Amino acid sequence: MLKIDELKVSYGGIEAVKGVTFEVPERKIITLIGANGAGKSTTLRTIAGLVKPAHGRIHLQGEDITGLSPDRIVSKGITLVPEGRRVFPDLTVLENLKIGAYLRKDDLTDDLNWVYELFPRLKERSWQAAGTLSGGEQQMLAVGRALMSRPKIIMMDEPSLGLAPIVVKGIFDIIKEINKQGVTVLLIEQNANMALKIADIGYVLETGRITLSGTGRELLSNEAVKKAYLGT
Amino acid sequence: MTLQKKDKTGALIGLAAAAAFLILVIVLENTLAPTSQLFVVLKKGAVYSLVAVSMNLLNGFTGLFSLGQAGFMLLGAYTYAILTVPVAVKDQVYYLFGGSAVKFSLPDLFGGLDTPVGLILGVILAILLGGCVAALFAWLIGLPVLRLKSDYLAIATLGFAEILRAIFQWQALGPVTNGANMITQIPTFNNFNITGPDGKVVLYLSAFFPLLIATLCIIVIVMLINSSYGRAFKAIREDEIAAEAMGINLPRHKMLSFCISSFFAGVGGALFAMFANNAQAKVYTSTMTYEILLIVVIGGIGSISGSCLATFLYVACSEWWLRFLDNKMVFTSTMQPKRIAFIVIFAVVVIGGAFLLIRRERKGPGRMWAEILTWIVALLLLGWLGYFIVTGSLNVPLMGTGFRMVVFSVVIMIVVLFFRQGIMGDKEFTDLFLRGKKAIGKEGAK
Repeated sequence: MLKIDELKVSYGGIEAVKGVTFEVPERKIITLIGANGAGKSTTLRTIAGLVKPAHGRIHLQGEDITGLSPDRIVSKGITLVPEGRRVFPDLTVLENLKIGAYLRKDDLTDDLNWVYELFPRLKERSWQAAGTLSGGEQQMLAVGRALMSRPKIIMMDEPSLGLAPIVVKGIFDIIKEINKQGVTVLLIEQNANMALKIADIGYVLETGRITLSGTGRELLSNEAVKKAYLGT
Repeated sequence: MTLQKKDKTGALIGLAAAAAFLILVIVLENTLAPTSQLFVVLKKGAVYSLVAVSMNLLNGFTGLFSLGQAGFMLLGAYTYAILTVPVAVKDQVYYLFGGSAVKFSLPDLFGGLDTPVGLILGVILAILLGGCVAALFAWLIGLPVLRLKSDYLAIATLGFAEILRAIFQWQALGPVTNGANMITQIPTFNNFNITGPDGKVVLYLSAFFPLLIATLCIIVIVMLINSSYGRAFKAIREDEIAAEAMGINLPRHKMLSFCISSFFAGVGGALFAMFANNAQAKVYTSTMTYEILLIVVIGGIGSISGSCLATFLYVACSEWWLRFLDNKMVFTSTMQPKRIAFIVIFAVVVIGGAFLLIRRERKGPGRMWAEILTWIVALLLLGWLGYFIVTGSLNVPLMGTGFRMVVFSVVIMIVVLFFRQGIMGDKEFTDLFLRGKKAIGKEGAK
């Protein structure tokens, strides 16, 4: 569905991503794992159009979407849940969700109900300012907000960042649920154990290059991965 | 859904309040003496509230800190003036330049200022064109400048406003702008008073007209803020990166907000020219922008009703309520009741004010410096009062020309130091009525 070809990205002369090639098949959960500074976030930000690539192509269902502006990419069906949640703190939960659907002009009622069904907590708090939510609730809101654009692919940048283990588990259950309902998920995580457990395919990114790939299960039992990322 | 119901009730309350206010103005205007200072406050307040709300749209709702408001007002004022000087008096107004380069006048095109159609259509069209010219310039300047953020954007727009002021006083543009002279003889608010056949005014509408225009413009801005565009503006204010990731086109929306804000500043400028009876470049200084900024801050950044309320308070204080401070206050004897009353009121205000401020600090943030500052100021003022009592002076010391501005500045400093949220914070006055209902809505949602 999504094809990344020889992607290279630099920030002011320093190459953060040095030729990454991978594929995201439809209706699967794909995860990129890697240490800090491996280029995971940059890869996602480039796919979302927030950063322009220096080299390489990105194709969505055969269509070249390299270098399009972020709003065009969202309307093509790729939405990013940014790192650190980044909800709009002074707006209400409902307003946050509506902004997620900003580019759509059709009726939102069905999607609002869908998001509220996935996250009943958000419905209870729909009048509350998003800044007053707990960390886990904010992450739910960030995911719900992205879902409001009806994405084909939802990309999540470190959804477990700074959350308690029990909350993280809840978030990962939701990711599986979203995927079951037909949304392709591209996930990057430092919590490699959790991510590989739910992933269909995993890629290991090291200093801007993909060094390993395989199904989630394969990578979980791979000795090198175990040593570097799973700590066992 | 409860959301739509709540929004509708809020909108209805707002509209009803605006309509009631406008009707009250018509009644007041036709019962009080037209020379009352109240009408100066209402007219200037109308102009300033519109400009303040337009600035709030940009600074408070989109989070773009721009200081170009006076420049856009200038553009609106000059466009209005150039297009409305009656053809018959153009040679007289532009006598230094041998007549105007603009050979027509909008009201004259529709039958002249003496006919209702010519007046209303001509003036309103000129006001709108003033807004459009301001918006056009905003677009041009926005192309390079909107790439900048916060302080840098403020400096760039401030510079732009100063350049405009210089250009409009340039002698070479005299046939259009009348150089450094003002453009006079333009239709003003007084033209909207309806006169009978004997030349006497039958119905005063001179304060109603600017208030009506300002109200309509503010309603448009409120509708914009409550639309999906308004939500996008607020999203940009809160988090640019997240807004961009959600598919909001940043350059386009920033430009939109900037142009709309400038449009209404231009309309405000045209109204200001009507208020001042002339268009004169040297009036639109950065001081004017700061005045507006002050109003926005005092009213509460991100609150439309706060901006409106603060405008009228500010204008009333500067033009009316604090005027008495500029005159010398002289008493006839030390035991004159007026003098004693002055002493008592002054002491009560100082002691009460200091008491309230200190209590507020102790209950709330508890800032040491704020408490000490309050003590110092209160003791100084009381010392000054003590000196006045002990010497048995009949003149209140210090009062005289310019003292008003000193007191005014001190009041503003107190507001900014102790009430940083402004009068309204980011709430609207309709929220006051809806507080009960909102709570019910919340329960219902569960």
